Amino acid sequence: MVEVAIDKTVLRVRRGGPGDAPRFDEFEVPFENGMSVLDALRWIRVHRDSTLAIRYSCINANACKTCMALVDGQVEYTCVAKLLPGIVTVEPLPKRRLIRDLVTDVVPDEEKALLAQKQPD
Amino acid sequence: MRQVSTDVLVVGAGGAGMYAAISAARQGASVLLLDKSLIGRGGATIMAQMTVAAALGQEEPDDCATHLKDTLEAGRGLCNEELSALLCYDGPARVLEMEEWGTRWARAGDRIRQEIAPGHSRKRCCYVDFLNTGPAVAATLRRKVSELAGVRRLSNIAVVELIIKKGRAIGAIGLNLAEGELVTCHAKAIILAAGGLTKLYERNSASSNMGGEAYALALWAGAELIDMEFVQFFPIGHLAPRLVGMDPIMWDPFRYKLGGKLLNGSFVEFVDRYGAVDFGKYTATRDIAAYAILKEVEAGRGTPHGGAYLDFRHIPEAQLRAAFGPVIDRLLANGIDLTKTPVEVGPTAHYHMGGIRVDSHMETCIQGLYAAGEAVGGANGANRLSGNAITEAFVFGAHAGACAGKQAKTMQENGNESGDPKLMAFALDRIASMPPRGSRRGTAPVALQAELQKLMWEKAGPFRTGEKLSQALRRIREMREQELPDLEIDSQDTFNMDIQDWFELRAMLTTAEAVVTSALSRTESRGAHQREDYPTPDPLYLRNQVLRLKNGALLSSWVTPVRLTAGLPRNG
Repeated sequence: MVEVAIDKTVLRVRRGGPGDAPRFDEFEVPFENGMSVLDALRWIRVHRDSTLAIRYSCINANACKTCMALVDGQVEYTCVAKLLPGIVTVEPLPKRRLIRDLVTDVVPDEEKALLAQKQPD
Repeated sequence: MRQVSTDVLVVGAGGAGMYAAISAARQGASVLLLDKSLIGRGGATIMAQMTVAAALGQEEPDDCATHLKDTLEAGRGLCNEELSALLCYDGPARVLEMEEWGTRWARAGDRIRQEIAPGHSRKRCCYVDFLNTGPAVAATLRRKVSELAGVRRLSNIAVVELIIKKGRAIGAIGLNLAEGELVTCHAKAIILAAGGLTKLYERNSASSNMGGEAYALALWAGAELIDMEFVQFFPIGHLAPRLVGMDPIMWDPFRYKLGGKLLNGSFVEFVDRYGAVDFGKYTATRDIAAYAILKEVEAGRGTPHGGAYLDFRHIPEAQLRAAFGPVIDRLLANGIDLTKTPVEVGPTAHYHMGGIRVDSHMETCIQGLYAAGEAVGGANGANRLSGNAITEAFVFGAHAGACAGKQAKTMQENGNESGDPKLMAFALDRIASMPPRGSRRGTAPVALQAELQKLMWEKAGPFRTGEKLSQALRRIREMREQELPDLEIDSQDTFNMDIQDWFELRAMLTTAEAVVTSALSRTESRGAHQREDYPTPDPLYLRNQVLRLKNGALLSSWVTPVRLTAGLPRNG
């Protein structure tokens, strides 16, 4: 019943902005049973590479619904997607405009329209 | 730089900010609602799986005066009674208004269901099933906000500076996190509704948005803070096993609806030994429960993860399912079977009683600068009752929005005053103190944030001593003065998280210093502020501590709590 805890897992994370050649960075992350993919991404930002762009707010509660990404090819909320030992591939949502790394444009139009308007400057 | 103008600028779009926007728009004011996350998706409200306290009297006779009495009692003599009364007397109207706007409070026939919660003398806590209160009210407010033509919304904007001219708030500078550009917002009134500070602590129940920015912005603008030492630690935050997809403070309704037992590491009940009546009633107030758990841990009687067991094994599965339906399955998916194993729980930073000092119109000493929601200090004194936080978000949001909207409508156009070159240069100078982009010196802002969180947990957490607090203060100042200006910042333009983290950290350090400074000065234990070197309440400290910045240094002074002198406000 009780799984043997495996110490490490590897995250392959798609990096770059629109137009950049596809590139994956690999990060070895300490693994604990029950942890989420977002836990691992947040660990990477603190301990390995703070420049990794990710979007999240509630961290743990699956309430804000902003942390979606492709995890091993499936659309998931990274805060509830359980990390599995081995190699996990994380990519941005394919059907949204890519901003950078794992961040896509999930902002409703009416919450950005004001800044999209041209302004005499 | 891009410029936008509005009558009322609302900073933060959680429960309080959205309610404020609606209320200001009802006054005929134009409103700009900003959030550093997405509108109505970040902050604390949406995470609240719990209840909303309002004296509706639908389960049993209740009235606002009784709610007020309970609130003041929990506040241990430190409540700003005007604000507490506003919270309790306006709460029922707001809860009913939310229902009109579409929130489906749990009902039993023609009455709204209300539960008892710790510290309340009546059944007055409303909720949306199952553990869905926060998401449901956030959805209602998002929809309502979107229906109002007078409210414009912008997501992913972090306000980093306020612009103050001759003691009056006239605008703000925001950072567009997606594009990395600055935006100037000209406004006649500004409402700070950016929530609390729980992110300062390593163990916290918050979203990533609660870095205390509202408090720092208020201080920098010249406004005052009050009661900053009173951080509420939720006694039974989830510790283990790892639980994802759930709010870490979800156990409270389980505990008082079903009667969960708190056991120490040896599986023995203990809370009653610390002065609360809990056996069989489960109504020990939060501060006593937190104290009891950590004292057991300190005495070597804690659980493996440094907390207590919460045990439901005496509850039949059918009863668990009847009360929490689908949540039981979500727990099973996490490998947690409540009929077989207890979970580990322990204190976690949950809410801030202190905050921005406002008058009865929710206005600070800076004209046109208002606050709403958790950002406001004083309504809950030294300890907040369960259920009062969402009520306060609604009530203070509605009131701040109405007052700010009215004020803005009576003011003449202020043109582009915040474009005042001197004021702009000052604000931009402060923004330019961020280390140059592309500097790769070794420490990232997010790493220093993590160190600050650990420091605050260990030195300024639920139990404090003068020595630990002094150590914290020294280290925080060192971080602020020496390390903050020298961190590494990524060179990217779009979604540059180092920049976001740096501005957040700058605010976190100011707010952390405010908490620690206040905690050092209050040499007594009262409510959520527990000093091990001063373990009892001291009548000399039946006062509020006020902080302001003078020449860059925090200055503390003491004032008598605001008492209700003109009698109680009329109901509703």
